[in-house]
Amino acid sequence: MFDIQEKLKEIGPYVPESDDDLLVCRCEEVTKGEIRRAVHEGITTIEEMRRFLRCGMGLCQGQTCGMLTRRLVARELRVPQSEMDVATSRAPMRPVAMETGGRDLGVEKPAAGGDAE
Amino acid sequence: MKKTADVIIIGGGIVGCASAYYLAKAGVKDIIVLEASRSIGHGGSSRNGGGVRQSGRDVRELPIAMCAVQKFWPSLSDELGVDTEYTRQGNIRMGKTEAHLRKLDTLTTNCRNMGLDVRMIDRKEVHAINPYLSDQVIGASFCPTDGHANPLTTTLGYYIRALEKGVRFYTNARVMALEKVRGQVRKVRMEDGAVLEADTILLAAGYASRKIMNTVGLEVPMHDEIDCCLVTEMEPKMFPQMLGCADADFYGHQTRHGSFVFGAVAGPEMLMDEDTDKVNFAHAATLGASCRAIEGYVPLLKNAKIVRSWTGWCDCTSDGVCVLGRPEETPGLVLACGFNGHGFGTAPAVGYMMAQTILGEQTLVDLSPLRYERFQEMIG
Ligand SMILES: Cc1cc2nc3c(=O)[nH]c(=O)nc-3n(C[C@H](O)[C@H](O)[C@H](O)COP(=O)(O)OP(=O)(O)OC[C@H]3O[C@@H](n4cnc5c(N)ncnc54)[C@H](O)[C@@H]3O)c2cc1C
Repeated sequence: MFDIQEKLKEIGPYVPESDDDLLVCRCEEVTKGEIRRAVHEGITTIEEMRRFLRCGMGLCQGQTCGMLTRRLVARELRVPQSEMDVATSRAPMRPVAMETGGRDLGVEKPAAGGDAE
Repeated sequence: MKKTADVIIIGGGIVGCASAYYLAKAGVKDIIVLEASRSIGHGGSSRNGGGVRQSGRDVRELPIAMCAVQKFWPSLSDELGVDTEYTRQGNIRMGKTEAHLRKLDTLTTNCRNMGLDVRMIDRKEVHAINPYLSDQVIGASFCPTDGHANPLTTTLGYYIRALEKGVRFYTNARVMALEKVRGQVRKVRMEDGAVLEADTILLAAGYASRKIMNTVGLEVPMHDEIDCCLVTEMEPKMFPQMLGCADADFYGHQTRHGSFVFGAVAGPEMLMDEDTDKVNFAHAATLGASCRAIEGYVPLLKNAKIVRSWTGWCDCTSDGVCVLGRPEETPGLVLACGFNGHGFGTAPAVGYMMAQTILGEQTLVDLSPLRYERFQEMIG
């Protein structure tokens, strides 16, 4: 059992750092400071962090910032990175237009230019 | 850890978190929330479509949905200090055929009889309210006070504020069984063998509530259903209403962020009897079917790009509505489960009333139509 109140007591309050305004998630514009602060509010997993701040939820789905976020959260919680959960990968691998996604029954009217994705 | 509390809440979804928040706000000092997974809001609460809907709801559930919309949602962002993105701009339930309209008309009449402002609108009016809909839409039901909100920030908002008020949250904390002490449900047995004890236990663990209540002899006929959602990239602002359709092919809305979130049922695997922690996928055909349904009602979205899809589980009861309150045969235990895929919109009111129930107060609305005993009465 993971005791969240105990953990928050153990890590103490949020302490600002000089580079807290660095952008970590570019797609959704989430900063290092916002991520660090959220940990002290009780957001202790990557799953929760993505839902709370939207980091890693934009166009690239965290392919750029996923590891950075994980490292930041681990450091703030004082646990090894290997103990942090990893963001769940979900279909589709690359953004796919609705029209393309809906053509899985076989192509009735091929779109001009085909599937660029 | 301290092994006793005034109240133990099983399940860290929005119902468990909201109940904990309102109990703490009412002054209860010693509250424990036990969440089986590693994340708060791991279940339906963070996977749902965000609909805050009253129209089309069962008459036993409608008073709670209306109470949530009137008394809780409008001020919830301020209350929780997070942006719940609550948007009250109406729900359009669309029809393309005369049969669709007949179905919508019945639902509308039922809700009007309960005092809800919902009405049928014709082709002209529906296209005036939302100019992006397909020409094939010939009418709809419209409920102006329905809407949508962000389930992620709302669920975690309740959690964070409850945490701030001193509620003790445990994750990786799976409950295996309840136990009685002299006729009173008091003990909670954990997966790791630990035993916790409280004066009142609130069971809000989604479908898992069934197995847990079985350990003290209770049974609610229910099953687990898999439901699928998708989200697009940011799009220019189009319309603020929640959409649904008579045949329930899909539902969804545009979020404040600009992305569209749509949901649909998950095809043949909807009723797969599998461990929800291990299985988290929809049938491969679901995504394609969802896309075709959405394009069929909002043609302009054919170019919108999907960035992510996911599934969640709905705890469905045999009579389509949730179970709330204290079963007569198990003093000490309060049930809040079986939300049938509608439990997000009602959660603020449900959480508040579960706190009232635990404190022995009269609830804001009469919950007796949702009592546990109704399943026994069915048999006679
Ligand atoms: C895809 C989808 C779309 C939906 N769309 C809507 C919508 O538009 N509008 C709406 O109102 N509703 C919607 N719903 C329904 C809504 O999400 C749920 O009714 C609501 O979230 C229920 O909240 P809950 O707290 O009861 O359940 P959950 O969020 O499922 O929480 C139960 C918690 O209990 C935990 N748990 C399980 N077993 C144990 C155990 N043994 N010990 C401890 N903890 C345990 C789980 O991990 C989980 O976190 C949708 C649901 C899904 C899946």
